[in-house]
Amino acid sequence: MRKASAAISNDETSGIIVRIFCWWTIFRIALEERLAYRGDFALGTLMRFLPVVTQIFLWWAIFDSVNGGAASGKMVGYTFNNMIVYYLLSMLGRAFSSMPGLASSVSKQIRDGEIKKYLIQPIDMIGFLLLARAAHKVAYYTVATVPFALVFFLCRGYFTEGWPDASVMLAFVLSLLMAFVLGFLMDLCIGLIGFWFLEVSSLLFVYMLLNFFLSGHMFPLDLLPSPWNSFVQFMPFKYLAYFPAAVFLGKVPAESLWAEIALEFAWLVALTILARFLYARGLRRYSGYGG
Amino acid sequence: MAIIEIENLAKSYRVYQKREGLTAAVRGLFHREYRQVEAVRGINLRVEQGEFVAFLGPNGAGKTTTLKLLSGVIYPSSGSATVMGYVPWERSNNYRSRFALVMGQKNQLWWDLPSQESFRLHQQIYRIDSTNFQRTLDELTDLLGVAQLLGRPVRELSLGERMKMELIAALLHSPEVLFLDEPTIGLDVVAQHNIQQFLRYYQEQRKITILLTSHYMKDIAALCRRVVVINDGAIKFDGSLAEVVDNFSSTRLVRLRLADGQSAEGIEAYADVESIELPKVTLRCPRTSIAKVLAEVLDRYQIEDVNVEDPPLEEVISKLFHDTRAGTPAMESNSSGAK
Repeated sequence: MRKASAAISNDETSGIIVRIFCWWTIFRIALEERLAYRGDFALGTLMRFLPVVTQIFLWWAIFDSVNGGAASGKMVGYTFNNMIVYYLLSMLGRAFSSMPGLASSVSKQIRDGEIKKYLIQPIDMIGFLLLARAAHKVAYYTVATVPFALVFFLCRGYFTEGWPDASVMLAFVLSLLMAFVLGFLMDLCIGLIGFWFLEVSSLLFVYMLLNFFLSGHMFPLDLLPSPWNSFVQFMPFKYLAYFPAAVFLGKVPAESLWAEIALEFAWLVALTILARFLYARGLRRYSGYGG
Repeated sequence: MAIIEIENLAKSYRVYQKREGLTAAVRGLFHREYRQVEAVRGINLRVEQGEFVAFLGPNGAGKTTTLKLLSGVIYPSSGSATVMGYVPWERSNNYRSRFALVMGQKNQLWWDLPSQESFRLHQQIYRIDSTNFQRTLDELTDLLGVAQLLGRPVRELSLGERMKMELIAALLHSPEVLFLDEPTIGLDVVAQHNIQQFLRYYQEQRKITILLTSHYMKDIAALCRRVVVINDGAIKFDGSLAEVVDNFSSTRLVRLRLADGQSAEGIEAYADVESIELPKVTLRCPRTSIAKVLAEVLDRYQIEDVNVEDPPLEEVISKLFHDTRAGTPAMESNSSGAK
């Protein structure tokens, strides 16, 4: 009896190892594919850093024109330095949460029938896409680390508050990783709507617009007047950019920090269920277009 | 138990009925008319282990839809099917690691990477141990003659080379059932022939079950003993290729080579003339009167060579499609009907 159960658990362990190896292969191949067009990829990555300069000038001008100027003025609790640091951090958050091309590629694969390959092979499409995305991100960070480090180094003068303490740091790292999964799930759901409407580009546009304003990518969400500021607090978008930055800057009170993290996790669970639901229902409707 | 059993399988789609013109397009924004398309209507089929079966039918007849149903890519509207005892659209991993689908118009390989990489991925997805993997890969690349192309990005391969790689990807896990949807579409004659030879050899060696759809009669004549004709979403004929010819062509072609200087004058009196290109004359006559016609012609003309043959397969098939569409009762030979 004991022998049998030992054998089973042994089998399970080796099963898990095989599975992890499979994940690793998917990850590696997606990474290789990403690096196939390295020139375009590197240029695209670097170009994303250009807006930093304009943003710094913009906020400088705004602070200059309102109370007290860039040196001493404050705006809803943000000094000029805070604001620049917020912008840099939200950029970091977006480096994790933005999923360029995911929704459109999912809906395209539905439309032209490429999705079939996930249906006939013993593999889970959502898991596969997540791994491929993780590989894309790793490729991106590899290229982006140097410019990110450079920008943060050049802007080090704005970081006047010093490093947050260890538990806040942990929450920050966690919030970045969760931002990746959350961004993935939200984009995936939009893409899966392609099962119903074959063309999702207008929907995607609306989503990106909402994302742009509600995630805090443009400005800290605290800047919004009521009731909008409480409205955005209940939306999942804020975790994509605002939340990690706010955690780092200590704008999230210590007592509610972990509750917020838990709430983000709840969003992850809910969106996972939604994505699974859309996928299962969508396949029911799917008629295998394209040959 | 048969390896593939299909009972009353039906699939209908609801498609948006689009009318022509701008006004209609605007009206379509508010009120949409839908139409049911019955892609497959109540198919019954049994395929035994080791059979190589061709699905034959005009475009839109329901061949591909049937293959999609059997691969579990789509759900049926009604009816049932099992392949190796599995219900395809449940998509259990056990089922999915035992069959493969190759579509001539679809790519499963990673476009920007060498095929080798896609194969490695398949090795992991299908959990093929490395010795097995290497042996199968060597065998397949050797048979198809593409070993030297493994390291080349897929996008740089020719269509024929790509198709061979697709086949390898599909066969790495040694599937017991293989569905091939137009595997030679768009290929040149040489590549078509290579793939036919490969499929025949592979099927004979492994005794796997293959269902193939193709528009090339050559594929079917070379590969399949059993032919299932699908038209309008229903099976119209099920039997051997020879039976198709017997059932659907009542005429035969008589090719004559006249002696030098002979004129073919008056030959139309004996049978319909297909062509006269002296010294060659081709006549078409009913099967039943071949002996009579031959005797008369031989008697009357000086003839060097005679050849009697079935009309080209393409012609028989197009007649078959036409006849079955016109509502001739479906013919079923005994190879499948018996239960």
